[in-house]
Amino acid sequence: MTIKGKAYIAGIFEHPTRKADDKSLAQLHAESARGALADAGLTRQDVDGYFCAGDAPGLGGLSVADYMGLKLRHIDTTETGGSSYVIHVAHAAEAITAGKCDVALITLAGRPRAEGMATGTAPRNYGTAPDVAFEFPFGPTVVNQYAMAAMRHMHQYGTTSAQLAWIKVAASHHAQHNPHALLREVVTVDDVVNSPMISDPLHRLDCCVITDGGGAIVVVKPEIARRLGQPRVKVLGAGEAVKHQMGGQVDLTYTGAVWSGPAAFAEAGVTAADIQYVSIYDSFTITVLITLEDLGFCAKGQGGKFVADGNLISGTGRLPFNTDGGGLCNNHPANRGGLTKVVEAVRQLRGEAHPKVQVKDCRLALAHGTGGSLGTRHGSATLIMERD
Amino acid sequence: MASQERKIPAPEPSPETRPFWEAATAGRLLIGTCTACGKPHYYPRALCPFCGSDATEWAAAAGRGVVYSYSVMRRLPVPYALAYVTLDEGVTMMTNIVDCDLDAIRIGQRVRLVFKPSEGGPPVPMFTPETS
Repeated sequence: MTIKGKAYIAGIFEHPTRKADDKSLAQLHAESARGALADAGLTRQDVDGYFCAGDAPGLGGLSVADYMGLKLRHIDTTETGGSSYVIHVAHAAEAITAGKCDVALITLAGRPRAEGMATGTAPRNYGTAPDVAFEFPFGPTVVNQYAMAAMRHMHQYGTTSAQLAWIKVAASHHAQHNPHALLREVVTVDDVVNSPMISDPLHRLDCCVITDGGGAIVVVKPEIARRLGQPRVKVLGAGEAVKHQMGGQVDLTYTGAVWSGPAAFAEAGVTAADIQYVSIYDSFTITVLITLEDLGFCAKGQGGKFVADGNLISGTGRLPFNTDGGGLCNNHPANRGGLTKVVEAVRQLRGEAHPKVQVKDCRLALAHGTGGSLGTRHGSATLIMERD
Repeated sequence: MASQERKIPAPEPSPETRPFWEAATAGRLLIGTCTACGKPHYYPRALCPFCGSDATEWAAAAGRGVVYSYSVMRRLPVPYALAYVTLDEGVTMMTNIVDCDLDAIRIGQRVRLVFKPSEGGPPVPMFTPETS
């Protein structure tokens, strides 16, 4: 069974806030849901499937369904960190294909800024996780774990900080056109490599922003999509994977995208060369570089050369990416960037991206999520979408 | 030398991993090994991550290896080097590189085991350059 052509993304919403001191977590989920349903031309009463992940308050899907008053016949709380929401779109398409729901709602929200969270530099203790005793004493943080992946890539393939910086430069070129972006200033390679070193070799400007907010996506069956007013964005293929330390055979030079990518391309029946726009998870610049290699947009080890010289800038480069400014400049709500990756890809396919960054006649787009840590264990999710 | 000043959170031994921490207290590094498939693994588990067998045993590691990757965290009060070290026994473990110039750490550098005290728990296995 395939999900190809069996489900459509009918509604999207990115919460405009970037700092939510005056809103609760459940409220942000519900406001995002309302936005995506309005975008689709549907109502809360139409929703019969609900998807959320670890950012949801309390008992997760139960608490949010209660708050929003949802009547559900399908629920899925798959948690793979920031990649969860890309997986949710695929799982929603699977549930719709199997007849388990007709209108699937996916929400994400968080307020790490309002809570003063040291997202990147504070070691996180995941409690009962079996690895904690063997890792937490050594001070692993989000940033130094990804930094080890970057350091190894540099060692093995000669990747440079200046090449990584081009990823941020491209994101900033896009963010200047997004009035909601947290960082709208265009930066240069020099700005990035001269910004303070956080954890070698990642500088401050190699890191994504920390923002409050959220977003939502509505996935529907074809019969419903056909009677709604939005341009139709079809789910064409998806892949998901988990990569970890493999019992101590650690290899930080690739991600789970080496598995999720081929699965998605195979289901969609397209290749990397066919893709006109990509949303690539950008927790850090290195996340983008390794993912592009793993998805086959360039050869392994050639990511540095591929991203350099503006190759990811819409209108000038070969592969326009993250045209909203991405997590690096625009928004990384709840420290999870997967949902906004899908949202910008849908905007591109609808022709609703900012005119300065809109890809001409964009019919085929890819969104990729990475959740957890490249340095230890992570979920990878690839989603390919097509405008009808 | 600053890395010695970082307070090291105490690892919490579980019923599954208590022998590891008892050995650490005695100054010995253990890794997991499987008598069914013969492969070593890390972190140590009761069930082999390669073949699923519960015929796992503890094996002593010599405490020598090379730096697979590292990163010096510079935005906290005390800089420290997070690292992966590949032991000569063939498994790669998360650790810190300590008792050295943090700016001189290199991938591929040979390192040897040193145990460092934690805050109220068993000592934890770290590594220092062989030449220092």
